[in-house]
Amino acid sequence: MKGYTATLDSGEAIFYRDRKRWFWLLSVLYPLQPFLGIWLHAETGNEAWLLLPLALGYVAAPILDWLLGEDENNPPEAVVLQLDRDRYYRFLTYIVVPLHYVGLIGVAYWAGTQELAWWSFIALAAVAGIASGLGINTGHELGHKKSKLERSLAKIVLAVPAYGHFWIEHNRGHHRDVATPEDPASARMGESIYKFALREIPGAFRRAWDIERERLERCDKPVWSTDNQILQSLSLSAVLQLGLIIAFGWKMIPFLVIHNVLAWWQLTSANYVEHYGLLRLKDQKDKVERCQLHHSWNSNHIYSNLVLFHLERHSDHHAHPLRRYQSLRHFDDLPSLPNGYFGMYLLAYVPGLWYRVMDQRLLALDHIDGDLDKVNVDPSKKKALYEKYGQSQKLQAG
Amino acid sequence: MSKFKCPECAYVFSEADGDEHEGYPPGTEFASLPEDFACPDCSVRFKEDFEKV
Repeated sequence: MKGYTATLDSGEAIFYRDRKRWFWLLSVLYPLQPFLGIWLHAETGNEAWLLLPLALGYVAAPILDWLLGEDENNPPEAVVLQLDRDRYYRFLTYIVVPLHYVGLIGVAYWAGTQELAWWSFIALAAVAGIASGLGINTGHELGHKKSKLERSLAKIVLAVPAYGHFWIEHNRGHHRDVATPEDPASARMGESIYKFALREIPGAFRRAWDIERERLERCDKPVWSTDNQILQSLSLSAVLQLGLIIAFGWKMIPFLVIHNVLAWWQLTSANYVEHYGLLRLKDQKDKVERCQLHHSWNSNHIYSNLVLFHLERHSDHHAHPLRRYQSLRHFDDLPSLPNGYFGMYLLAYVPGLWYRVMDQRLLALDHIDGDLDKVNVDPSKKKALYEKYGQSQKLQAG
Repeated sequence: MSKFKCPECAYVFSEADGDEHEGYPPGTEFASLPEDFACPDCSVRFKEDFEKV
């Protein structure tokens, strides 16, 4: 297995092997799981197999995270440059891009050409959408890089679920505003994921559009032009999705609606758990503090990190947005989630349970120490939460 | 004409070259950039954080 050598400042020579090197292939293969269900359906004739990817995502993944546990290993800083330059890692992110096209077209073919019960048709659309949600994750990793190739691939893969604005919205909007009440992609304490989705999905699109409009104004170009990067990606989405409607008929319309919404919902779920309640404070001049490691929730659960290109090491990602997935680090005493993202999504879908688990964790963080003034609280829940935690006097004083 | 570097991601704003994609033509002075200018590559460092090269 490939290894890296480096010399530390102390003069000591070190040798490092990335034990996860080949396991990152899971991030490449994971989005292909709809084909597993289709293959078993084709072999047995039993449509129930089409539900298998839902069981893998919502049942098996949280259990595997729980069973396999956490991995706190970091690569030594001295080899990070070599790790970043190792083309193998970036090659994996490149090859996932066409696989997402193969995935959607393949599942659409099956949904469009087989006699399916209504429930298995919906399940296939949902499974395709969840896989394309993983495409947003790949677009996220690629879109943070400086090279033209990686940025173009980000826009191409984001076109699959018609979410091309994400590249601009996330890099230029979310990273700038993260963990502030102004950020539509940072969830507030007391805000259910359903309420959050209605704020996040339109809010993120508006912010992306505004950022791109301002850029084009500076360039003396109209916002409705071929230079608009959001429209570029959406045009590709239109070609792909209209092509599927032409190829497989009108039933592709409900299929694609479900597919797109489910893909967006995956991103909404990730955004919801990544910054719930965390708040960057303002100084006396009303200036927001720089994003710190404690402004993101993290998970070191090994299985879900391996299928999500290390997305769950989120604090390091926000501190160093260009750092490549293989080099993202664990730090001690970070806000940490009790399971990987897939398990946390399930918890988030039952808001009462989510609040029970997460509100306590949030208030127990060292930098918050129970003080609701240091929490990003949903304004409509503010009075109730301050009363619940015996801090009403702060509202009167404020 | 000077150059200014983002301390986080090493993006360089060159006054001589500007940044065409971002809509800043060649000859744009760093001081004339908007006060809320964020690094076009990482977005986590701002105008006041940039270092003169």
